[in-house]
Amino acid sequence: MNQLERPADAASPTRSPLGGERGKGQRFALQQPLPPGARPEAPLPDPSDWSFELIERYHDVIRAAAKRFGLDTYPNQLEVITAEQMMDAYASVGMPVNYRHWSYGKEFIANEKSYRRGQMGLAYEIVINSDPCISYLMEENTTAMQALVIAHAAYGHNSFFKGNYLFRLWTDASSIIDYLIYARNYIAECEERHGVEPVEDLLDSCHALQNYGVDRYRRPGKISLSEEKTRSAERQAYAQLQINDIWRTLPKRPDRIEEAADVKRFPAEPQENILYFFEKNAPLLEPWQREIVRIVRKVAQYFYPQRQTQVMNEGWATLWHHHLLNTLYDEGHLSDGVMIEWLKSHTNVIYQPPVGHRAYSGINPYALGFAMYTDIKRICEEPTAEDREWFPDLAGTPWLPALHEAMRNFKDESFIGQYLSPKLIRDFRLFSILDEESSEHLSVAAIHDTSGYRHVREALSRQYDLGAREPDIQVWNVNLRGDRSLTLRHTQHKSRPLSESAEEVLKHVARLWGFGVNLESVDGAGEITMRWQVPAPSH
Amino acid sequence: MLQQIIDRRLAGKNKSIGNRERFLRRYQKQLREAVRRAVDGRGIRDIEKGEDIHLPRRDISEPAFGHGQGGTREIVHPGNQEYLRGDRIDRPKGGSGSGRGQGKAGDSGEGEDDFVFHLTKEEFMQIFFDDLALPRLTRTQLAETPEMKSHRAGFSNSGTPANLSVLRSMRGAIGRRIAIGAGSRAQLGELERELAELVKAPPDPVQDALRHELEMRISALRARLMRIPYLDPIDLRFRNRVRVPVPTTKAVMFCLMDVSGSMDEARKELAKRFFILLYLFLTRHYDKIDLVFIRHHTQAQEVDEENFFHARETGGTVVSSALVLMDEIISARYPPGDWNIYGAQASDGDNWHHDSGRCRELLTETLLPKCRYFAYVQVAEEEQNLWEEYARLQEVQPHFAMRKVSEASEIYPVFRDLFKARGVNT
Repeated sequence: MNQLERPADAASPTRSPLGGERGKGQRFALQQPLPPGARPEAPLPDPSDWSFELIERYHDVIRAAAKRFGLDTYPNQLEVITAEQMMDAYASVGMPVNYRHWSYGKEFIANEKSYRRGQMGLAYEIVINSDPCISYLMEENTTAMQALVIAHAAYGHNSFFKGNYLFRLWTDASSIIDYLIYARNYIAECEERHGVEPVEDLLDSCHALQNYGVDRYRRPGKISLSEEKTRSAERQAYAQLQINDIWRTLPKRPDRIEEAADVKRFPAEPQENILYFFEKNAPLLEPWQREIVRIVRKVAQYFYPQRQTQVMNEGWATLWHHHLLNTLYDEGHLSDGVMIEWLKSHTNVIYQPPVGHRAYSGINPYALGFAMYTDIKRICEEPTAEDREWFPDLAGTPWLPALHEAMRNFKDESFIGQYLSPKLIRDFRLFSILDEESSEHLSVAAIHDTSGYRHVREALSRQYDLGAREPDIQVWNVNLRGDRSLTLRHTQHKSRPLSESAEEVLKHVARLWGFGVNLESVDGAGEITMRWQVPAPSH
Repeated sequence: MLQQIIDRRLAGKNKSIGNRERFLRRYQKQLREAVRRAVDGRGIRDIEKGEDIHLPRRDISEPAFGHGQGGTREIVHPGNQEYLRGDRIDRPKGGSGSGRGQGKAGDSGEGEDDFVFHLTKEEFMQIFFDDLALPRLTRTQLAETPEMKSHRAGFSNSGTPANLSVLRSMRGAIGRRIAIGAGSRAQLGELERELAELVKAPPDPVQDALRHELEMRISALRARLMRIPYLDPIDLRFRNRVRVPVPTTKAVMFCLMDVSGSMDEARKELAKRFFILLYLFLTRHYDKIDLVFIRHHTQAQEVDEENFFHARETGGTVVSSALVLMDEIISARYPPGDWNIYGAQASDGDNWHHDSGRCRELLTETLLPKCRYFAYVQVAEEEQNLWEEYARLQEVQPHFAMRKVSEASEIYPVFRDLFKARGVNT
């Protein structure tokens, strides 16, 4: 279906001799961009009002350019929508369909209000990791902005979704829309059958734990929708049998009593995927409730790679809209007016306010990502002595395969750890501040100098480690022989305590589990420093 | 190759309506409280408006596990201007001033400010009606749009062929032909006159050439006049019709309330809801509604709305004073032939005991014959002589209704008969 599927064949005539030396088993073989086509007589027309015909013409030249740089994408589906529809999409976490929940309504109301008051511009684009890849073009955009969105979303993000290892491992682009439709219908059906409120309560509880419904290490198999449906039915029947087994209340046979005294831990090992644990083991959940837990878990899993590749993903898309549109301009496809217009929003998007600035709210992932990819290209093309020392494998090699390799095989954490160069640290004037509870002052741990580069790079890399951003909480133990209470264990990261909302979340945990719930917070030395307890919810 | 552009603009707007509804349902209690407060603060006429609702952010947050303050954190920031390694910085005051540094602006901006959003007019009325326990049929009647009637309104230059006005179109065409041809025709007349003179004169070659030229010009002018179209699209006129709301009658609503010392704020609030409901009902049926506020203790007085609901007086109570004043105002300003008169009276039932009989007489003899409807609510439990006298009235007068209410939801039954009657008529 996809003509961009195999750039390698087309690339073979121009393969550079350097390409063979770089091993590491990368799949990407295009060493140089392919030569451009014939120069057009005149640039594409650039009226501010777009038309379908015009979008198609812009898309054609952008697609041709993307192909020359070996951007491998899912087929594209561009959808023109209104501002209201954009807000709808916003509210349901960017997905075209989703199940109903009050929190999406809250989101929608908040967005709508700030949009109407002009406090917030809408995003120019939303792109969905699906196959075909759906990109939304907003009706209000001008022709130039539509071209920018097509290059950014339909070729930048799209190729990232298809290429990055996390997305390849954890998500199945071809089935997500079908799955969401299934989820929406299933939950609507549950609402009809069991009432809106019990479903809402359950979803609230699941949402509170959705960051703990992700498999971090085990990779789920990909299955199709029909399989999913039949399996769901079987699973429900079977699971119910299994769970009851754990809670067997019949007396054991007398000769086994001694054995039983040697209490086995359950679960045998701590479980990180709390929602999965509940889906399989919570004693009081009905089959439909288990299925809803599963739906929330699956959706969370789908978004898991996105949360880990913010810098890389946005940076990649920004790099490519910048590079593709510039190339097209150089080759005479785009007019000056179009260039000036998109460059203006490009500049806004990659602006990084310094710390202390009114607009400062952390590091801008667009700015950092764009700068890093651009820097990789620079290191490949014009390495300095410093670059040769820091990146001996990278300096002087062809830039295109180097960029693709960086996009494919990393996540934010490892990407920064691998590629953040001293030059960028200087350009951004990055510095690291250490905040220790025990000391009265904050201290500057490292700045952009020779002794600080590695420290800053490590610190920034850790900052993007999801494991460090979210508290580590796992299912620790279940009191099988007593009150059936569940114990969760929080292992502190650098002795950081849990936030105040922990108690509220525990109430949700108790609702799912059906019995009492304990939470222990353990410091680096293995001592329990804090305990929370929530009794069983009344049934 | 599979590449397509899909126009989704016409499909599926308002996908979030269902989610918004769920949100509103979830916070119904708070919303009702807010609507109640809004109703108290508004004038009767302003009742049909949306309202900004404030919800404390703590109430609507969704909890999740997160790191709290404390422990060791190391955050990388951009834009270092002054610091060297090992520098010490004072802790910024006010908690997480240094920001979380994780690229999420919302994270640190989570203050205690309220979550504010706008309740639309419809949603506001929905909650208001819920409070009053209005039955569904009544709601639809209250929410109904006025009936429209198509009405002739002159002519327009666009329309369907069926509405073509031949007379007007032809008249326009004549005018246009005259106007456009005027210059040419004048010229033609002049040339013809010249030609006639030339014809009279004796022939010679110069004259012949001149005559020939004149004849050419005349025939050119004739041809030009011929080319003026007999009927042109711009001549077409169509009969124009506009839609206008049918009820064009007017009503006046008298609000009578006892403001003696025994009417406290809570009772007045109940009374206000009663007046609002009647007002709303009337707005569905009449284009123009006047409101007259009469308050009374021993003496009655016409006041504005603000004073009506909020000023406080003390003293005894003579209900008939208000009825007399109402009658006077009717005679002076609202002839019953032109106006539909509605009366709404609220009191705690306390009255000077010799006065109640007089009230009944006044109503029966002078007021009720002029009124379309008169409703009385007593916002207190005990039945005093006024109640007893009125109870006798209710048996014989079909357009008189009375009720005791101690809660907002009890107000509606007063209107049940009223709505029923109107439901049959409309």
